[in-house]
Amino acid sequence: MTDSLNNDLLNTDSCSGDSCGDSCLDDVVNPVEQFLRSDRVPHIWCPGCGIGTTVNSFARALIESKIELGSLALVSGIGCTGRVAGYVKLDSFHTTHGRAIPFATGLKLANPKLNVVVYSGDGDLSAIGGNHLIHAARRNIDLKVICVNNLIYAMTGGQTAPTTPDHSTTSTNPYGVFEPSFNLPHLVEAAGAVYVARWTTYHVKQLSRSIAEAFSKKGFSFIEVISPCPTLYQRRNKMGDGLDAMKFYKEKSKVKHGCPTSEVGMTMTGEIIVGKFVDRERPDYQTMMRAQYQESLGDSFVDQSSVQVQEEPVCS
Amino acid sequence: MKADPKGVLTGTHFMDGDHACCEGALAAGCRFAAGYPITPSTEVVERFAARVPKVGGAFIQMEDELAASITLQGGVWAGAKAFTVTSGPGFSLMMEHIGYAAMTETPCVFVDVQRGGPSTGLPTLPAQADMMQAKWGSHGDYEIIALCPNSPQECFDLTIKAFNLAEEYRVPVMFMMDEVVGHMTEKVVIPPADQIEVTPRKHTHKSVADYLPYGTNGDMVPEMAHAGDGYNFHVTGLTHDERGYPNMTLPVQDRMVRRLQNKILSAVDRITMTEEEQIEGADVVVVSYGITSRVAQRAIGLARDRGLRVGKLRLITAWPFPEKKIREIAKKIKAFVVPELNLGQMVREVERSAGGQAKTFAVSHAGGGVHNPEDILKVIVEASR
Repeated sequence: MTDSLNNDLLNTDSCSGDSCGDSCLDDVVNPVEQFLRSDRVPHIWCPGCGIGTTVNSFARALIESKIELGSLALVSGIGCTGRVAGYVKLDSFHTTHGRAIPFATGLKLANPKLNVVVYSGDGDLSAIGGNHLIHAARRNIDLKVICVNNLIYAMTGGQTAPTTPDHSTTSTNPYGVFEPSFNLPHLVEAAGAVYVARWTTYHVKQLSRSIAEAFSKKGFSFIEVISPCPTLYQRRNKMGDGLDAMKFYKEKSKVKHGCPTSEVGMTMTGEIIVGKFVDRERPDYQTMMRAQYQESLGDSFVDQSSVQVQEEPVCS
Repeated sequence: MKADPKGVLTGTHFMDGDHACCEGALAAGCRFAAGYPITPSTEVVERFAARVPKVGGAFIQMEDELAASITLQGGVWAGAKAFTVTSGPGFSLMMEHIGYAAMTETPCVFVDVQRGGPSTGLPTLPAQADMMQAKWGSHGDYEIIALCPNSPQECFDLTIKAFNLAEEYRVPVMFMMDEVVGHMTEKVVIPPADQIEVTPRKHTHKSVADYLPYGTNGDMVPEMAHAGDGYNFHVTGLTHDERGYPNMTLPVQDRMVRRLQNKILSAVDRITMTEEEQIEGADVVVVSYGITSRVAQRAIGLARDRGLRVGKLRLITAWPFPEKKIREIAKKIKAFVVPELNLGQMVREVERSAGGQAKTFAVSHAGGGVHNPEDILKVIVEASR
């Protein structure tokens, strides 16, 4: 399993390297490199961390969806996943803790032509940013939210997150977590998201396909990716390294498309239900806003094409 | 550049300060606002919500002030001029994003219609007790600009000025109203659009290859690009280099923080706006701002009736503080008298700037109403001795 996974992650073309020697590698172009700020490598993520894997899947989804990159903006909050914004070669915003969604809301409302992705972690999106998460889903703002869930606050050293499973040990629950954890797909479905899926970093292809599918939806999409944190979650809970996480995900994951989200809550060692849980149609915020203004104001409604500021004339 | 006539409600109006502030924003070219209801400021966004669909733009009522204060910045980076409006408790919640706007050099306007505090305090009654918070409320070293209107007319005129300064210096501008100025209704004259100067965004004309998001050309204010323009730029609240990339080394921190301060401090004389009256030959100068400047005007008149030589210095910009001006005046007078609706905020700046050259007398007031002019008069009399 790991061999095929590595092949999928690392490479690229069919060139094996064995038959043509090192020189052949000079011609190999990594298809995702075009989306990355190579001048910022090496990145800050730990060995075995799953965030880079999700970025790979995200980049491949950009290829698959043929989305126009010029109109794509990516917004992150704070934390390990919050650093994604710094590594992608897109208009990218590394905002404040928990506020990626409202910042992204501003981008989308002021320029409806933008495609806006929110890429952040479980603590950022569901604890400090939890209020924004549910309200953006309720309003059905046209945002694609990718939530990398490593079950812990990693950047700050392994504290309990709203997603940390019962009985795990963390630096702030050294005797074991006793508070119930959030089932994020259930939360966002209840709040109104039109697309909800969950994968793990073992499911790189499926994740990529889900992200591409979310791009084709108008409205609030939420994709949760269960991702390993070997340094702060697994080590403290004696769950091994990054490779062990892959084995664990392979063994415990069960694909159940359409599974009621009330049944996809996670435990520390139990089954991980993955798949596409919700795919429905609801008018998005801006569609509803326009319809309402048109109905109430008739001809006096001016669409927001003029929302962009006037700029200085271009100098010759 | 002249204002876009679509947003300008030219004419003579009978209007309160909150509504005039909204009209000023629209005249300045603001087409995006995010807000959260809070007395006594809500009328600003209520009017904006009614007006903006007719001029082309958007308003969203967010789930809290934390959201409102960052949503507006998303709007700015998408190309809009944007603002948010609040009062004390909401202003407290917005502090982190005032720091974010200062750090990322996001041009935007925060309106604070001040009410009595601390905490929930006096929701429907005036104070001027957020003046230090406006300057120092977010963590770290940074500079902002703060304006203090004293009438509905100024709520209109100076809101335009606030947006213009925000664009010129790429800085968050605090618009420090108070409950009385916000709710008083007076004549407001809105001129034709071609008589209103608006400052356009400092948008880059550089090629993608040449563009450095935080590079400067000597004037310390970088050029801006918007999401969707093709520059693939990065914006972060982390300490960053000219490329906008995180860089947490000491030299980069030093260069960045000093530039954020100096771009404002080096332009104090250009930014500062004051109203002065009979300072030459005065023994006492009354320094005031906002609604208190109008109460002080009465006290100054009463003092002059008694033959006292009293000058007036009204702060239209509170921040950056006109330190040099105060220092110069201090050399020629006996004392400053500083009435304000707090227990002593801007008076400390006056005292510091005076540097012992003139005495400084506070006329404090805990808020909830305005001063009795007699109380200010008493202090003027005492200071004249």
